[in-house]
Amino acid sequence: MDAFTTLTAIAAPLPLANVDTDKIIPARFLKTIKRTGLGVHLFDTLRFDETGAERPDFVLNREPYRHANILIAHENFGCGSSREHAPWALLDFGIRCVIAPDFADIFHNNCFKNGILPVRLPREICDLLIEDAKLGGNARITVDLQREVVVRPNGEEIKFQIDPFRRHLLLEGLDDIGQTLQHGSSIDAYEARGTADRSWMPAIA
Amino acid sequence: MAETSPRTLFDKVWDSHVVEKLPDGTCLLYIDRHLVHEVTSPQAFEGLRLAGRKVRRPDATIAVVDHNIPTSDRRAGIAEPESRLQVETLEHNVADFGVPYFPVLDERQGIVHIIGPEQGISLPGTTIVCGDSHTSTHGAMGAIAFGIGTSEVEHVLATQTLLQRPAKNMLVRVDGTLPPGCTAKDIVLAIIGRIGTAGGTGHVIEYAGEAIRALDMAGRMTVCNMSIEAGARAGMIAPDDTTFEYVRGRPYAPKGEALERAIAYWRTLPSDPGAQYDRTVTIDAATIAPMVTWGTSPETVAPITGAVPDPAAEPDEAKRAQMQRMLDYMALKPGQKLAEVPIDVVFIGSCTNGRIEDIRAAAKVACGRKVAPGVRALVVPGSGLVKKQAEAEGLDRILLDAGFEWREAGCSMCLGMNPDKLTPGQRCASTSNRNFEGRQGPGGRTHLLSPAMAAAAAVTGHLADVREFF
Repeated sequence: MDAFTTLTAIAAPLPLANVDTDKIIPARFLKTIKRTGLGVHLFDTLRFDETGAERPDFVLNREPYRHANILIAHENFGCGSSREHAPWALLDFGIRCVIAPDFADIFHNNCFKNGILPVRLPREICDLLIEDAKLGGNARITVDLQREVVVRPNGEEIKFQIDPFRRHLLLEGLDDIGQTLQHGSSIDAYEARGTADRSWMPAIA
Repeated sequence: MAETSPRTLFDKVWDSHVVEKLPDGTCLLYIDRHLVHEVTSPQAFEGLRLAGRKVRRPDATIAVVDHNIPTSDRRAGIAEPESRLQVETLEHNVADFGVPYFPVLDERQGIVHIIGPEQGISLPGTTIVCGDSHTSTHGAMGAIAFGIGTSEVEHVLATQTLLQRPAKNMLVRVDGTLPPGCTAKDIVLAIIGRIGTAGGTGHVIEYAGEAIRALDMAGRMTVCNMSIEAGARAGMIAPDDTTFEYVRGRPYAPKGEALERAIAYWRTLPSDPGAQYDRTVTIDAATIAPMVTWGTSPETVAPITGAVPDPAAEPDEAKRAQMQRMLDYMALKPGQKLAEVPIDVVFIGSCTNGRIEDIRAAAKVACGRKVAPGVRALVVPGSGLVKKQAEAEGLDRILLDAGFEWREAGCSMCLGMNPDKLTPGQRCASTSNRNFEGRQGPGGRTHLLSPAMAAAAAVTGHLADVREFF
């Protein structure tokens, strides 16, 4: 996983609430056995018409937003299924940060596993940033995870908060499993104890 | 000590699974049961292989194919190459890593959330995960059960744990008695309509109250299944005699003396008197009517006696625009009576409503009637064993005689990853869980409702009030 420290980038405004994971990537594109290559299907039905042609009014089909690395949306972003294909598609397109008033839990979790920073900011602030993003290519937004601030194009800084443990993993680009395996002896001890507590539970064989 | 203050059901199961609490409050949580399917696992097994890691507890893991597989005769294999590759990849992975597996032609094959409880793999007081958001279903057993992404699937395969912060506790109490014609599906749609699709974010919902207690296990699973549609990570129902009787005799459940020990422990799990919840919502069951969704979010729900709402009445501009977009997509007009909306397709099945009780409810309405001309109606049992049971009861004959299709088990038209999907513009009365744009096929329009309501729609050709059928 790539570390996330500071990102200064074009931000794409997507002022929609309840952007569900079927909208981010429809189920018919989940038949892959790889993590990569899903960017071409990101927001498929919003981005392309029935013939596969781009819908010119969709934000990611317009300059400069084709090159956006930040996405700004409304409430409950990423609701619906647990598919990690949603953050994989965002990442493959180039999105490293999503800013929204709130996120669905599983999507929020999945972002951190893939080096994508989900930033929660109040709706009014998201709307300000959406107006900034609408200014186009010269209006870059900075997201600084070290200092936990978003910097608007006018230089104004907006503080956000991230769970410290997740912030640490993201800043360092650390693999979760490697971290957990450092607690291997605790897991062994728990299994010895836990299995005794739940000795009524059969093995699946 | 936390142990001495009153605790909720969630607190008790959580506390008993904490391997280690890290300084910032994140917990390393032990996972008792890991359910695996073909769509969200290939990248996880690949990750293990690349890192030279093993599956830590194959004996706590079960794999099955459900999302991709056709629901027609499967003996000839899977025609669609990408679906076939995903299924074959799972088969290679379970063989390489020694994971127990129900193959497609095994009668125990079915939707992962149907077979877990059916086989006695999902048990009270345990932690259960799966790379699928509807893992919340298993919370009906009195377990902590939640959906995870593929990175977390890999994490559980490798370590049998997850790094988690405890969720907040939310109590949804449904008091009183459910009116005739209403089901668990109507309860949960009413709850989602009340609290919204983000109403449960950050919480685990405990469902309680007389109307929940009165539900059988199938109904409890339907309610917990759609917790995720309310934004909650999980739903739970305290285990009771209904739960214990359900568990008794299932293939992978404890037996004999072990079962009695388990039941004695499970009886300690219900929330203590005075346990604190971060949020409480109460609903009077008597006010619930058969429900149906009109929009493209599960919270856009109304009683079947209602009408399509008017966006003009919505003060918030963004919400108004979103509502208008939904009506445009659904091709509905403000004020249109829901009971007059014509439908093209009926889908009865899914992890929400694919159990034997659901098929019985549909067959009861279909019995002696005919599917309306021009309507395609599919019944997809949740598992091979559900199918077998329905056939033993003659339900397949009732449904076939009425003009329904009787198919093999799988996720099917809930999400259209297999050949069962809507074509653009088709309108479906569906017992599944999501009415998102394109969920059942690109351009498809979904109305969520109960199995009995779906059968009523099939025989009338439009959304209909099932209470008029009794």
